[in-house]
Amino acid sequence: MHLHRYERIWLMIGGATLLAFLAVLAVQTFALGLAPPSDLGQACLTSPDELAPPYNQPGVYQVGENEYDVVMVSYAFGFDPGTVEVPAGAKINFKATSKDVIHGFQIPGTNANMMLMPGHANTVTTTFDEPGEYLILCNEYCGIGHQAMMGKVIVK
Amino acid sequence: MSGKTSYELTPAEARLSMAHFYVAFLALFIGGIAGLVQALQRAGLITLPGGINYYQVLTAHGVLLALVLTTYFIIGFLLAGVAKTTGGLVSGAKRFGWAGFWLMTVGTILTTITILTNEATVLYTFYAPMKATPWFYIGLTLVVVGSWCSGIAVLINYVRWKKQNRGQITPLFAFLTVATFILWFVATLGVAIEVLFMLIPWSFGWIDTINIMLSRTLFWYFGHPLVYFWLMPAYIAWYVCLPKILGTKVFSDSLARLAFVLFIIFSVPVGFHHQLLEPGISAGWKYLQVFLTMVVVIPSLMTAFTLFATFETAGRQKGAEGLFGWLRFMPWGDARFLAPFIGMVFFIVGGASGIVNASNQLNQVVHNTLWVTGHFHIPVGTTVALTFFGVGYWLIPYLTKRVFTPRMNKLAVVQSLIWALGMFIMSAAMHAGGLLGMPRRTAFTDYQGMAADWIPLQVVMAVGGVILFVGIVLEVIIMLNLMFFAPKGQTEFQLAEVDTEQALHTPPVLERWGVWLAITAVLVVVAYTVPIVDMIQNAPPGSPPLRTW
Repeated sequence: MHLHRYERIWLMIGGATLLAFLAVLAVQTFALGLAPPSDLGQACLTSPDELAPPYNQPGVYQVGENEYDVVMVSYAFGFDPGTVEVPAGAKINFKATSKDVIHGFQIPGTNANMMLMPGHANTVTTTFDEPGEYLILCNEYCGIGHQAMMGKVIVK
Repeated sequence: MSGKTSYELTPAEARLSMAHFYVAFLALFIGGIAGLVQALQRAGLITLPGGINYYQVLTAHGVLLALVLTTYFIIGFLLAGVAKTTGGLVSGAKRFGWAGFWLMTVGTILTTITILTNEATVLYTFYAPMKATPWFYIGLTLVVVGSWCSGIAVLINYVRWKKQNRGQITPLFAFLTVATFILWFVATLGVAIEVLFMLIPWSFGWIDTINIMLSRTLFWYFGHPLVYFWLMPAYIAWYVCLPKILGTKVFSDSLARLAFVLFIIFSVPVGFHHQLLEPGISAGWKYLQVFLTMVVVIPSLMTAFTLFATFETAGRQKGAEGLFGWLRFMPWGDARFLAPFIGMVFFIVGGASGIVNASNQLNQVVHNTLWVTGHFHIPVGTTVALTFFGVGYWLIPYLTKRVFTPRMNKLAVVQSLIWALGMFIMSAAMHAGGLLGMPRRTAFTDYQGMAADWIPLQVVMAVGGVILFVGIVLEVIIMLNLMFFAPKGQTEFQLAEVDTEQALHTPPVLERWGVWLAITAVLVVVAYTVPIVDMIQNAPPGSPPLRTW
């Protein structure tokens, strides 16, 4: 099958660029631990609204010298706890689940973004460099109150 | 034999395709009204009257434009092209064609009623455990089963043509159509399993709980190749029809076939790139499917190359010189060329933003934000839509035995430019808003004042949306003209010839569908088996049905 010389060059450049990008993604994912949120843990007992530890006690927990776990439960239409306080510059692990439908968890102004599926745990880690008030919003349609579903992170 | 045919469609065949176009453009109009309403509501410019909520309108918009308009137009176009290039539709094909049309239409009406009565405010992706009335899922099932009948119609004709023309290479249009429907059959398998064996029994109450991850995974197994079901007919118009409009031949018969075979293989085992931020799927499997996703860039680059080569060849035939000389010789004033060309230009951006979306952890920056909405309005809402409009400008008068008058052509040129302007404004604002964190699929809100500075950007989106709606009205006017009011006359079916020299070198392996299906099956098994088994074996307790609206 005849491939015009220019097309061969075009495809080789395209293919090489692709492989380079894919290699960068692979290094990030496997060597630098920068994979997207992919928690495999279970968050409930015998039904999705029967929360297993730690989700049965949502809140902020210090787990290291400068590291905190923020355990949250999402529901139609809010987050529990609705407002959390964390210090600036600390490593914050948001660990969340849903007790009803699929929700999203996103903090605009950061790269914190993950899906919350009932029964499943998921985690996203971020550090707030600047103090202030940050919005947590649900970005997965979850029903009539979806646009009102929000939480707050107060960074001191 | 490839591409050169003197067969003209019979009135019966024309009626079959036209039936599909009537529904398609009705869906465009109603879906477009929904889009306008959404854009205005989300900007805070209107409040919806009691009795209808934003998410119902959004569900209607998605179903009517992304599922109904697209599927009906595609089937109308492909049936016409198959009839044209394989010497007409046999009676079995016509019967399946009509069965498909009626099944889909009954299903569409049923689904629309459930949406309008607020029993199915689950959006066109209908994620569990939000549970719609079972009649919503049944309506969608009829639409899919109907489309299978349309596919069977094409295959019946194809098999008959192969029998009567042993040893000959299948006409290009027909080959590419068969490839498109093979993709469709393979893709819809996933959503069919989800809907028939999970959602319908669960929504009737015959089973108590549903495995959410599995249902989503089956949906996205379908949801990604769905976009190729939209793109491949647009590519057929580019590869096979557009050269004729430019007065030149098909650039490379065999490369078109190879590209489509590659599209089949690399559109299917890649659904995880729509699920990159989900729990329950490990990073390794997500990465593998990201890798497979990116390989589709290769046939996309082949398509881009073919197009520029076609333009340059057409230009040089008219006297163009130099690298970009062809630009001056393109028929910019011909809407049948301009509309698809604008679609192609937008696709450069649409493809690039799609690559961002699928780039593994980079997805975290944009997932479920308006960036994604800005993205997909380009390939489907601009590239596919404008290409289909461009096809309509010659195919519909061909079928209705009317002419596309210079006046209508001028209106169509204006329509294309208005569409480009509206889409540019709306989509640019969406991309920008998405990067700020503005969520998709969300009604008007300023999050108790915390997001008040997002509202002006939403107003910009609404401006784009209003301009697009003007474009929709213009398009409907043009289509009504071509369907019912244009002067009677003869319009030519735009089918480019293949260089007969070239056609001899098309490798027969390209048509060994078994080979390509086997490769696709292997890739699907490799990409999906372990994660799906894991999703079933290590699933948390399933979810009961929930109605949150």
